[in-house]
Amino acid sequence: MSFSVSEGEVFGFLGPNGAGKTTTVRMLCCLISKTSGEARIGDYDVGNDGDSLRIRKMIGVVPDNVGLYEALSAYKNLDIYGRLYGCPEPRRGENIQRTLTMLDLWDKRDAPAGTFSKGMKQKLAIARALIHEPQVLFMDEPTASLDPEAAKTVRDFILDLKKEKRTIFLNTHNLDEAQRICDRIAILNTKLMATGTPEDLERMVGSRKIVIKVERVSDVMLDAVQKRFPGAKISVDGVQFAVELPDAETKTPDIVQAVVQAGGRVHFAGVVGSTLEDTYLKLVRSEQ
Amino acid sequence: MRFSQAWIVASKDFAMFTKKRNILYTIIIFPLMITGLLSGVTWYIQHKGSGSVSPAELTTLLPAFTFFYFILAAVIPTTIASYSIVGEKVEKSMEPLLATPTTDGEILLGKGVAAFVPAILAVLGTSALFMGLCDAFTVGKLGYYYFPNESSAVVLFLMVPLGVVVSVEWNVLVSSRVSDVRIAQQLGSLMVLPFAGIYVGGEIGLVPLGDTNDLLMIAAVLAFILLVMLYAVQAIFQRDAILTRWK
Repeated sequence: MSFSVSEGEVFGFLGPNGAGKTTTVRMLCCLISKTSGEARIGDYDVGNDGDSLRIRKMIGVVPDNVGLYEALSAYKNLDIYGRLYGCPEPRRGENIQRTLTMLDLWDKRDAPAGTFSKGMKQKLAIARALIHEPQVLFMDEPTASLDPEAAKTVRDFILDLKKEKRTIFLNTHNLDEAQRICDRIAILNTKLMATGTPEDLERMVGSRKIVIKVERVSDVMLDAVQKRFPGAKISVDGVQFAVELPDAETKTPDIVQAVVQAGGRVHFAGVVGSTLEDTYLKLVRSEQ
Repeated sequence: MRFSQAWIVASKDFAMFTKKRNILYTIIIFPLMITGLLSGVTWYIQHKGSGSVSPAELTTLLPAFTFFYFILAAVIPTTIASYSIVGEKVEKSMEPLLATPTTDGEILLGKGVAAFVPAILAVLGTSALFMGLCDAFTVGKLGYYYFPNESSAVVLFLMVPLGVVVSVEWNVLVSSRVSDVRIAQQLGSLMVLPFAGIYVGGEIGLVPLGDTNDLLMIAAVLAFILLVMLYAVQAIFQRDAILTRWK
């Protein structure tokens, strides 16, 4: 596979279980060795022993298992990691307070992490990954097994981090989450299947269609549309018809105008097309 | 190798130990119980025993009692090291720890320090108490303070630290193969057998424990075992193995 992630970008890694998402993240985080190939984080080589520590110092990792010290308080958990990342006092204390406050955990700072709910533990794991203000954040399934409210809190926090221009590498198999958060997405299934913006990927498996719902479909209005766009592929389904065109979004007003001029009464007009899910399933199934 | 990073790992473990009753029991109560028992026997045979114990018998008994602290050196790290490593596995906290700018060697050293320091403090602290009590109980009969002496110094300051390190290493090896703290402790406690075997061998004349030179010889063998096991531990404590092959 070959891909790059720009500074300040939220990059999603989508793939089924066993696709290699966690292994890839572990390699990039210098947690396990790569067997071949090249990877760089910033100016440093992944796999180079000397650079490995520098990479780990500039990144934050939220693993799929939160891995907190459950007997210790939330504050102590963060303090230990702040020290391991070489974050000096008073900055360490300030960062702990800032991140716990942002994640609504400051009031619970003295409570043992083991008493926290799953959502709170996940937030604490995110706080831990941010304690040294990393430039790059790797998150492995950060909302998996969270209830919808907790998942939304985590997603909103990721969007806040995006505003701070942090580079975020998000492993997920939640398509909706990837679409909402990520600037670009890579689809992986043991090898890289596709990379692009969510919109690019949506368009990948089929062109988008303009669907027009009218009072009654007539040949006159279909002819009018066909005359305006000779290359268009038109299909009728009851009181609605679909016009398949490249760059469908920009053509919608012209089609509506043609239908109205041909005497049609338009009830609805909109662009529909393949979704990220369509693309994902097609790519993953083609590999299987 | 930065000792500062290792010390952070160790101090984290120290903080965890204060929350674990069974670890506190192993570090504090168990050595005190052994000390109470050995001191009590020493006192009893002087004051309540049927026949009086001769000074020669006393000078045979006391070094044997001192040797119990060498066995204790194998016991105490079992609970600490197994919790320190298997505990991380159970809580799945090894991955975030490995993701920090800390080397495998520094983490291993931190784990070793976390098991070594409480164990050595417990053994040396309670053995000092034992020696003080025994001196108080036996000075009347012997006419001099038996402790400290050369052989007890070799046991406590050479054999005990070596024994603690070997026990820690054994427990790291065991902990890499199991995912349950209790199983780790049970397998780890097998380390007591060779230590106790040396004591029993000494008592029945199979292992020479008569003088300081014999003890130094045992210490040299222990040092050799320590180095061999260190090689094995370093080979097994690799991040690739920890994240992919450890159970």
